Amino acid sequence: MTDRVTLTIDGKQVTVPAGMLVVDAAKKVAVHIPIFCYHPKLGSAAMCRQCLVEVGRPIIDHATGHPELEDGFPRIQFSAKLETACTTLVSEGMVVLTQSERARKGQKEVLEFLLTSHPLDCPICDKGGECPLQNLTMAHGPGKSRFLFDEKHHAEKQVPLGELIFLDRERCIQCGRCVRFQENVAGEPVIGFYQRGRSMDIVSFSEPGFDSVFSGNTTDICPVGALTTADFRFGARPWELMAAASICSQCAVGCNTTLNTRREARSDGQIVVKRVMPRQNEQVNELWICDKGRFAGYHYTERDDRLLKPQVRRDDKFRSVSWDAAFLQAAEKLQDAEKPVFLVSGRLSNEDLFNLLQLADGLGAETLLYTNMGGGDLTGMVGLTSGSNLADLGLGDVILVVASDLQEEAPLWWLRIKQAAERGAMLIVVNPRETKLEKHADYVVRYAYGDEIKTIQDMNKATHKIHKVFAKAANAVIFYGSEGLGLEGSSGLAGACTSLLVDTGHYARPNNGLVGVWQRANDQGAWELGFRPVKDLQVIFDKSEVVYIVGADPVGDGAVRLKKRKPFMIVQELLSTDTVGHADLVLPARAFTEREGTYTSGERRVQRFYQAVPPRGESRPDYEIVAEIAARLDTALEREPGLVMDQLAEHIPAFGGISYLKVSEVVEQWPVINRSELFYGGAVYENTQGLGMQLRPAPVTSFPVSKGKGGLRPKEGLLLAVPVNKLYDQGLTVLSAPLLRERIGELKVCMNPDEADRLGFENGARLRIGLNGNNAKALLVVDPTVPSGILLVPRSMGLPIFEAGMPVLSKVRKKVTG
Amino acid sequence: MNFSRSMVLVSSDPESVRRGADEIYALFEKEIAARDMEGEISISRLTDTGRPDAAPIVVIYPEAVVYGPVNAENVKEIVEEHLYKGRVAEHLLAPTRELSGRIGWLKTRKGTLPAEKRIVLRRAGRIDPENIEEYIAEDGYQALAKALTGMKATEVIDVLKESGLQGRGGAGFPTGLKWSFVAGTQSEKKYVVCNADESEPGTFKDRVILEGDPLAIIEAMTIAGYAVGADEGFVYVRGEYKLAQNRLENAVKQAREYGLLGKNIMDTAFSFDIHIHSGAGAYICGEETALLESIEGKRGEPRSRPPYPTTEGLWGKPTLVNNVETLANVPPILLNGGQWYRQFGTPSSPGTKVYTILGNVNFTGLIEVPMGITLREVVNIYGQGMKDGATFKLAQTGGSSGSVIPASLQDTPMDFESFRKAGVSLGSGALLICDENTCVVDLALVLQKFFKFESCGKCTPCRVGTGRIHEILTGIVEGRGTLKDMENLDYLVDSLTRISNCGLGQTASVPINDVLKYFRPELEAHIKLGVCPCGVCPMSAPVKEPAAVA
Repeated sequence: MTDRVTLTIDGKQVTVPAGMLVVDAAKKVAVHIPIFCYHPKLGSAAMCRQCLVEVGRPIIDHATGHPELEDGFPRIQFSAKLETACTTLVSEGMVVLTQSERARKGQKEVLEFLLTSHPLDCPICDKGGECPLQNLTMAHGPGKSRFLFDEKHHAEKQVPLGELIFLDRERCIQCGRCVRFQENVAGEPVIGFYQRGRSMDIVSFSEPGFDSVFSGNTTDICPVGALTTADFRFGARPWELMAAASICSQCAVGCNTTLNTRREARSDGQIVVKRVMPRQNEQVNELWICDKGRFAGYHYTERDDRLLKPQVRRDDKFRSVSWDAAFLQAAEKLQDAEKPVFLVSGRLSNEDLFNLLQLADGLGAETLLYTNMGGGDLTGMVGLTSGSNLADLGLGDVILVVASDLQEEAPLWWLRIKQAAERGAMLIVVNPRETKLEKHADYVVRYAYGDEIKTIQDMNKATHKIHKVFAKAANAVIFYGSEGLGLEGSSGLAGACTSLLVDTGHYARPNNGLVGVWQRANDQGAWELGFRPVKDLQVIFDKSEVVYIVGADPVGDGAVRLKKRKPFMIVQELLSTDTVGHADLVLPARAFTEREGTYTSGERRVQRFYQAVPPRGESRPDYEIVAEIAARLDTALEREPGLVMDQLAEHIPAFGGISYLKVSEVVEQWPVINRSELFYGGAVYENTQGLGMQLRPAPVTSFPVSKGKGGLRPKEGLLLAVPVNKLYDQGLTVLSAPLLRERIGELKVCMNPDEADRLGFENGARLRIGLNGNNAKALLVVDPTVPSGILLVPRSMGLPIFEAGMPVLSKVRKKVTG
Repeated sequence: MNFSRSMVLVSSDPESVRRGADEIYALFEKEIAARDMEGEISISRLTDTGRPDAAPIVVIYPEAVVYGPVNAENVKEIVEEHLYKGRVAEHLLAPTRELSGRIGWLKTRKGTLPAEKRIVLRRAGRIDPENIEEYIAEDGYQALAKALTGMKATEVIDVLKESGLQGRGGAGFPTGLKWSFVAGTQSEKKYVVCNADESEPGTFKDRVILEGDPLAIIEAMTIAGYAVGADEGFVYVRGEYKLAQNRLENAVKQAREYGLLGKNIMDTAFSFDIHIHSGAGAYICGEETALLESIEGKRGEPRSRPPYPTTEGLWGKPTLVNNVETLANVPPILLNGGQWYRQFGTPSSPGTKVYTILGNVNFTGLIEVPMGITLREVVNIYGQGMKDGATFKLAQTGGSSGSVIPASLQDTPMDFESFRKAGVSLGSGALLICDENTCVVDLALVLQKFFKFESCGKCTPCRVGTGRIHEILTGIVEGRGTLKDMENLDYLVDSLTRISNCGLGQTASVPINDVLKYFRPELEAHIKLGVCPCGVCPMSAPVKEPAAVA
């Protein structure tokens, strides 16, 4: 059998790989066979039967093995019944008719069946305007129903599957796309069909309802308005929405998104973001985004406490000043200081960071990256390089994930790695406790907290099984995180991982390298540009004269404690953080939705986001603020982001060749998603604004020897608090999304049942936890998957924790009320 | 009802009438009366026989002798010789002809009454079904021994092909061919599945086999495993058949103890084992691909075909799925040979068929008879006539999705080919006999309610269409019908058959299709006149009970 077959669809000849379905082959020649239940990412279900077509195959002469000819053409025999294009595989010489009278009749009948029990509430349906059923009805449907309206199907119309997703049972056409998405793609089968026949219903059987971080995607692929998000529900009509391409700012994956906006009365006539939709990028997020990106993606930019004007502290009160005065004061303070310090975070775009770097250079300032995870210097050297795509990893390749609960930290990476494992890639999960990724792993390596570095170093011994696996693998990628680790520990871990990759030759070529599971969208970019974290931020604050803090909240996070003598703080921010509260000069920045820029993802892909809404107040983009300050210091910096990028590409070798033009390039992606047709890919946006571009491999010949030690080890009889990362935490960007409050919840700490017994705490006990001088109330969750001697404390949930430490626990006494 | 000693049928198709059939009919009446035999012999008309060359035809029961072409002069002789003296008038018999057409069967049965012939039921009721030794004493496991020790796998299949055995689940697919499909696949792992999810209402033939002779199925599956190259089998038993399940479990246990299941059966290299899997009450799981899904632990929903189970069945492996009755035929065929089997039934449908007779007849129950007997014979001979002397109106063959066969087709031989030609289906073997007091619309409504309830909901046409048919019929029996409903019913019937995914949807409309075809006037009476001719349908919406006042 040949690998490619040629067939004819509606008179158009197409050659496709053998094993392809007719419906996909048709797409290749722009023949859009109507479908509801099939989806290119979900495979066939053959439920709706909307894709009925006529299929003919050449009659093979058994004597010769060749097709019988008639007038020089093969004789085609059409099957007696219509076939479903979503289950029929292409074959050589096949003839498909999608528009013949018989095929159209079948398609029309299925549509009529669907419509006889579908409510006519399009005028109030969220899907109205981007609804496959509506579109196909307009194209193929009968004008009038032949059946009794009185006997239409009645069912519940507002059924919460969880607090995020609502089901309208009347509108559901039982295509099962959502069920199959959860089972086949997300791997979290928390919804399913209940009952049979016309009583068949979608139900969620998890607690909380629809407990999946990918749940929002089901609303995109739902071909009717049956599934809607609580976020967008009754929020706007699709045709009122404008669309702007963006990049999700919630983690280091860099999912491509589209922000839908409209001007609306209820927002005082402003243009606001109404929803976040995935935008196709088969190299990054395919057609999906996680619920954090969808439901917390933009709300923080619309908070009431956004900083709208530059302010200075005078007599311990903030006074609004003009930008000019603010720039001048900033410039003076920075110039006068002996060695000013720039503290920046990975929330900033590459352009912001580059201008900051230029300004710091001119001033001789110290540039610091605000993060508690190290190793970015190494990911810059041995990270993924241009031409890498996790979708290419499969049989013969190996992926190792260490010290990271990937689904909580970077859901889309979790998804892509799971898929790679399903394609045959060997997945090794190295973690001190059970995580959701383990279900898909070939090997699970468990170590004690504190042994992270040693564990990886041991693996790098030539006799070790995993070393051999790496040595044999065609490609190898390591994802490392910061579970239980602070700056030093994670740097050391990155070093150990680098050694393993370098020793087995897996670097500086596509689909090989080290990926840091960063917490911010552009941490990788900041490292690439040369920003480095410092171990003790407190010392910096204690001794410096002027600190210029951009996009970071060290005070709110508990990273520094301000003393009586504190530096002059210039704070460039979006929201009124605790750090802003102590600032001397406040510079209001624009949110990523209000400006342009690029982020460098953890996979070292530079991707561009566009302005979606007008700026709030007098806020200005960070790169521009920096350029203005620089101008007051006689340093000319670019103020146009595209030009900043050109400068950046010139100065930073890894960025060589990158420009706005390059990152905006698009090639045809498969599956072909098209908003004008909707039924094939769902309401997902096609990508016309750029697939991004990966950084070059760094020209490195020697690697720094791995230094640093792991975190603290648990000691007999003592409890060790270790930090873990949580998807829905109390960080301002997440907390601003009202919808996620329930999922964020309160601070919950976890320990082993034996440990709880020993300490005399029971599940659900309220504890007061003291750690490094901070304390907070928490709910105790007793969980057998937690190693003994360990107390898991989630980061950004109210109790500052940067690395492992010794907690002090006590029960919160209940107030006795008379 | 008066029992007649004999029954005379005179053909009454247009060709026969043109050639004087009415005159012959009158002459028979006259001649019978002349000999004072009116009380003993009944006379009625036979519809189209499909043999114009022999028209007019006269058939005399119970001998089922066929005379033709008969002319007026012959009548006296037939009455004299056959009815009075009891001798067949050989020279007046219809000429033998190439066996085609609906009357073909009559030749093979010249002068004989199709007596019951028990092949698959031969042991049921005669042996202790829980004792393997009694089974072995009654020829049990001889067929397996013959196959394992003396035959190649292909030879086993060849015998089946020669026997002409067809699937007894309803579709009538040639069994030998199906076996050869599975045998021809290249796979390390193959399965044999016995479909014992007998859930067609009114069908209980498989239950009787399973309860009365469970080891016959175990043996047959083992033979099948040997023939197709499988080493594992599943019996998917209807959930309600608790006794059958227990007996099968017991049979499997005993067979294992005797070394007739498990590793190295009868000290040969062949190994085979069987699991008993209970259904959970869904009608759809009788559909073979839904059944496979159910065994795999998923929702019982049919797969789309192709691929067929023979290539991608249970867990994606080639799988042979056979009905209980089909399998029960295998050991006797193997023991006695394919030609032996062909002596029963008709050339196109050899063998016997187990029927369950239900409805308004004097005898209801199970019979096993050669293929090709007619409904008239079932009603009058095995059913011992209609209850209370009522008139036979229709029969439904094969459970809820079976055809509704009007009295006019009661002389069609019941074999796969003849039924296919007549545009009706034989189905699984349930024969629901209904008399003149049965309203077809009411019957159709009951059946549609069943389908609406049992549709799995996977595919749109069946999920929605079965409900729509039910709604329309409900409207008609409540006196709300319009002529537009007839049009919609016609459309729905056609649509469901064409575009549904599986057998359930494709055959759910069979009964209503037959009602539209054969009983249209009755349906129209409901709509146009607002009356139910049988007085069964309420013809008004049920009055809602007023809420009780406390």
